[in-house]
Amino acid sequence: MTAADTTAGQVAGKLHKPRLSHLARREEIVGYLMAAPWLLGILWLYFSPFGTALYLSLTDYDILTAPKWIGFENFDTMLTDDPLFWKSLSVTTIYSVASIPLQIVLGLFLAILLNTRIRGLAWFRTLYYLPAVLSGVAVSFLWIWVFSADWGVLNFLLSLVNIEGPNWLTSEDWALTALIVMSLWGVGGGLVIYLAGLQGVPTELYEAADIDGAGRFRSFYNITLPMVSPVILFQLIMGIIRALQVFTEGYVMTQGGPNNATLFYILHLYRNAFRFLHMGYASALAWALFLYILLLTLVVLRSSSVWVFYSGEIKGRAR
Amino acid sequence: MTTQTSALPPAARRRSMAPIVARHVEKAIIYFLLLAGAVIIMIPLWWMLSTSIKHPKEVFAFPPTFLPAQFMWNNYTDLFIKAPFHIYIFNTTYIVIMDLIGTVATASMVGYAFARLRWRGRDIFFVITLATMMLPATVLLIPRYIIFNEIGWTNSFKPLWVPAFFGYAFFIFLMRQFYATIPHELDAAARIDGASEFGVWWRILAPLTKPALAACGIFTFNATWNDVLGPLIYLTSESKSTLALGLMQFRGPHRTDWHYLMAASTLAMLPVVIIFFFAQKYFIQGITFTGLKG
Repeated sequence: MTAADTTAGQVAGKLHKPRLSHLARREEIVGYLMAAPWLLGILWLYFSPFGTALYLSLTDYDILTAPKWIGFENFDTMLTDDPLFWKSLSVTTIYSVASIPLQIVLGLFLAILLNTRIRGLAWFRTLYYLPAVLSGVAVSFLWIWVFSADWGVLNFLLSLVNIEGPNWLTSEDWALTALIVMSLWGVGGGLVIYLAGLQGVPTELYEAADIDGAGRFRSFYNITLPMVSPVILFQLIMGIIRALQVFTEGYVMTQGGPNNATLFYILHLYRNAFRFLHMGYASALAWALFLYILLLTLVVLRSSSVWVFYSGEIKGRAR
Repeated sequence: MTTQTSALPPAARRRSMAPIVARHVEKAIIYFLLLAGAVIIMIPLWWMLSTSIKHPKEVFAFPPTFLPAQFMWNNYTDLFIKAPFHIYIFNTTYIVIMDLIGTVATASMVGYAFARLRWRGRDIFFVITLATMMLPATVLLIPRYIIFNEIGWTNSFKPLWVPAFFGYAFFIFLMRQFYATIPHELDAAARIDGASEFGVWWRILAPLTKPALAACGIFTFNATWNDVLGPLIYLTSESKSTLALGLMQFRGPHRTDWHYLMAASTLAMLPVVIIFFFAQKYFIQGITFTGLKG
């Protein structure tokens, strides 16, 4: 730096810098103040519980007495000495593997039907979306009554076509299927998102394909599917995170039964934590679930380079 | 010119020659499928509604009746005699309102700080914010219970709404994205006119984000109103029960009064349905804006 530069800098600094830095400092202070609740929240409600969960998973803890360090014993128990861990893991996995693809296929199919310039679009969309906003205990009760073997509406409708419906919720073979069927009721949630994605696909693409003589199936396979594949990817990941944490249906409708046929992972975790007060073991269960979700998400993301198509220009258009 | 004219006719010809009948049939099939789907989706709700106003004897009729022979509206008023439903409703409403205020206010403020203000560490904290969205809520369940238990908050509503005032990552993200779509000229002009940073947010920008705030509010309302696990863990006394917990007690261990149970379920769903019909614009904007299911 030369002397001239220094003086020029000093002059410039005298004229502008203090004012600018004063403003910038004020902006920074306001920034911290406005973000403060969340920054504290991250510490208090995310970081610290996350660490606590990790620590507790390595202890024997029943809330009433101090946690006792036992190393990896909880994980050892989980893998070798808790058949219900494996049962709940498989129940939850089967539920996810069945319900997520069904929801995606059905949601996409309905969205394509809705995207054909039909009349009453808004009306249909409202009807289909409504069940997606309903959840919780009331919905579970509603479905217990729908699935009722002797007086339920489902078995009545099946009897009209000469099918004798099973004892949906009280049969070990059918209970999980019933809950998968029930999950399809909320298909409208995904549908609305696919519809938005489909509406963002430029019509020129279909016109060009039409001129080139591509049939409807080819247009779907070569245009629609690649164009909405990023949306499908997102729905797939969100679906995994959600389905693996399903709780209410199992707790309210079947209490995990019959014979643990609907023992969802979170139900198993809940019982260990809040019924048997095995807080340490339940924390280990929580961590195992976290790792499982992480693993599945990573596998899906890795696979996405093969089947997800990104088009910068057209993506911008879709906004 | 020549290529254009020679390229256009085949397509145009194909279109005009496409049999109109076939297209009508296709439209009819689409309408049929969509209507069938809508009916299937509505059957469970209709089933609940009709059962809720049936006479107990008609509930177990076979074949089932879709329209009750006799409309027993007093099933609904009976609920309040059979259980302290007004208390459940009051408790749930209290939690929902507190949650709503906390979530919306914090998301707006923190979203603004992330989108519009420069402060050291902002980008790192934003990445952390996104990371917390990926964290399954159930991993935090037990440690949070222990934290709230230690400060004596169990069997109180506080664990259910105080966290809202510290913000939820998803809504902060949503608001931050929304602020990012507003042109910077607006706040620049306000600043030149001497508005403070806080004033720019509160008076100029926050009012412009009403649609996004509405989406945040509606999602929060829904999630809190329907929440089962939270109240189940934290609330132990009858007088603190929410609708979700109250409903569960309504199902007898041996015999269930289905007409009451369906009336209670209808009642519990009603606010969600009403808000959905009035605000579905914001629902749909919200989920298409973020790509997240409601």
